[in-house]
Amino acid sequence: MSDNKPVIKTDAPAPPGFEGEGFFATQLSSVIGMARKFSLWPLPFATSCCGIEFMATLNPTYDASRFGMERNSFSPRQADMLMVCGTISKKLGPVLKEVYTQMAEPKWVVAVGACASSGGIFDTYSVLQGIDKIIPVDVYVPGCPPRPEQIIEGVMQVQALAESESIRRRDMPEYQHLLDSYNISN
Amino acid sequence: MKDNSLSNILNQYDSKEQIDGQLYTLNLGPTHPATHGIFQNVLTMDGERILHAEQTVGYIHRAFEKISERRNFAQITTLTDRMNYCSAPINNLGWHMTVEKLLGIKVPKRVDYMRVILMELARIGDHLICNGVTGMDAGAITGLTYMFIERERIYDMYEQICGARMTTNMGRIGGFERDFTPKFHELLKDFLKTFPARFAEFGQLLERNRIFMDRTIGAGAISAERALSYGFTGPNLRATGVDYDVRVAQPYSSYEDFDFIIPVGTAGDTYDRFMVRQQEIWESLKIINQAYDNLPEGPFHADVPDFYLPEKADVYNKMEALIYHFKIVMGETDVPKGEVYHAVEGGNGELGFYLVSDGGRTPYRLHFRRPCFIYYQAYPEMITGAVISDAIVTMCSMNIIAGELDA
Amino acid sequence: MTNEFVLEAITREFPESVISSSEPYGMLTVEIKKDDIKKVIHYLKDSTLEINFLTDVCGIHYPETPEKEIGVIYHLHNMMTNFRIRLKIFMTRENVEVDSLTELYAGANWMERETFDFYGIKFKGHPDLRPILNMEDLGYHPMLKEYRLEDGTRTDKNDSMFGR
Repeated sequence: MSDNKPVIKTDAPAPPGFEGEGFFATQLSSVIGMARKFSLWPLPFATSCCGIEFMATLNPTYDASRFGMERNSFSPRQADMLMVCGTISKKLGPVLKEVYTQMAEPKWVVAVGACASSGGIFDTYSVLQGIDKIIPVDVYVPGCPPRPEQIIEGVMQVQALAESESIRRRDMPEYQHLLDSYNISN
Repeated sequence: MKDNSLSNILNQYDSKEQIDGQLYTLNLGPTHPATHGIFQNVLTMDGERILHAEQTVGYIHRAFEKISERRNFAQITTLTDRMNYCSAPINNLGWHMTVEKLLGIKVPKRVDYMRVILMELARIGDHLICNGVTGMDAGAITGLTYMFIERERIYDMYEQICGARMTTNMGRIGGFERDFTPKFHELLKDFLKTFPARFAEFGQLLERNRIFMDRTIGAGAISAERALSYGFTGPNLRATGVDYDVRVAQPYSSYEDFDFIIPVGTAGDTYDRFMVRQQEIWESLKIINQAYDNLPEGPFHADVPDFYLPEKADVYNKMEALIYHFKIVMGETDVPKGEVYHAVEGGNGELGFYLVSDGGRTPYRLHFRRPCFIYYQAYPEMITGAVISDAIVTMCSMNIIAGELDA
Repeated sequence: MTNEFVLEAITREFPESVISSSEPYGMLTVEIKKDDIKKVIHYLKDSTLEINFLTDVCGIHYPETPEKEIGVIYHLHNMMTNFRIRLKIFMTRENVEVDSLTELYAGANWMERETFDFYGIKFKGHPDLRPILNMEDLGYHPMLKEYRLEDGTRTDKNDSMFGR
């Protein structure tokens, strides 16, 4: 277990800054982090059963739009977060990789469900054993299917990442190295 | 038969028109907001009219039939969940009935009525998704958001029975693992009292809505003869006028005790499919009311110690229960050789299980007759000549669930 | 419409085609010679028996009996009288060809493609026989009993730990 696990703060205080009458000054990176965190637009790559639990997360009982996920963008060019819900087969692998490369930075990937994380109960010749074989994944949400509360916890972990990561993650050498290992050119 | 191949259609347009780009190729899928799963249609269009659709399925092929040759009967229940995942209890209980037919187990009447209640709740859930999504893809998202709240109440009831929300793995061979809990009775009474009014609101939103009717009447029509030739079953077939329902034709699990009608459409178009499913939800409510009012007393499982796990308290204290437990878990019980076909009325039609057993603990061959796979073949015929918006609304109203399509 | 009545009608029309018959769990099951299956199904559809709904087509593989190794199983249904019948044909591994039913039933198109995809059975006269569920470059017919379920090319799993 690594130590740099993102810390989820549920009381959301203001970032540290200098305050006065009518103004509040803080670091630009905190403001951008906060803005990114509360407006993540997901791309629901829903293939099977986890897709129905994702639909349940979007609907009134669990309501994902209070996290800023109001607009589901099915166009990868306009999405921030790729939520892969469901089994990915080898036939669909190139499609998933294409969708991931079409997304613009910054982007995060959530593998929702056991099938997306590791192939799930389907250890067969036709199922890709985890999407991290073809694209880099930020958060894994295990479960078959995970309850909507678990999916929300996964989204909150992405929020913690979005808030605390460096603004231009794409320029960091570790990130370049990660993308090269998947043969994804930036 | 008319030659619907792409080359024949292209031959009708001379080459100058093709080069000038009059024919447009549009790729619908595999990942698309309107598709209820992943399957691809490559449409060749003349402006907005569709001339030809080339389908590709298999993007979520998980090799269920091959997996089931390696799993024993109780483990296959978890696979059947994941076929039509919107109404998982119907798949589970249908599989249990198939195995009971093979083993010659007769379940008590209470188990039959319990199964009917759960299967009809699952059918309501499945039709709520389909109709909500049809409304959403015609532009009315409100209906879907309200009906998902009702699905959450159905999920609460499933949790009381088996512990899981959606992929339920419900029941055992020979019955259920526990009787209905008091909380389940409370939830079901509450559901039966308050759901009809909320569902009537959803009906008022869409059933006589001018815009919705203009969108859906005439879209994706198919005649009864073509539907029967393709092997349609379920609400899609009933919308064309043929009143075939497995619950009435070959009653299983005491369906003959209940009084309900089979709603039937006339034109076989999207509006008829929507209305047939609406009416089927009302009929399912009727069945649940009858089953719940007349729920007989008795055991909640058949007395088959060879296949039904004994109580844990008995396993720790009695010798016979321990031996039975060992034999069932290790797969030492004898299973008769033979082949059986059993069909249940799933959310989409006749869901059939063809089980060939050679006496071992796993099936020799298990084949699922999946209704979605069989009627999706007709989709190109239904949309040829239509505009793209009709094609989308047709696809949603056919309730194609990718898990069942590819299996 | 009982099992005996239908069996007697089939044996009267096609005396050389019927190899055997049985009634497992109440469903009439008739084994037909491979080359006559289309005639038998056409007769069942057009005669007064009116068994005109094709429920399902699937394949099966019995490696222990080489002269009856690959089989195709048809389930048919008469909706009006609620009568079901199962027809089986068997063939050897070298001679896996059978007539297609796409002229009689439009629904047989994909059912036969699935059977071809899984077992390699070629259907003569099928308009578009190619794999439907598996990838086209899979290269083998996976449901045959000699192929394993898991992906043979995986490198990250240690089979000795999981008792395969």
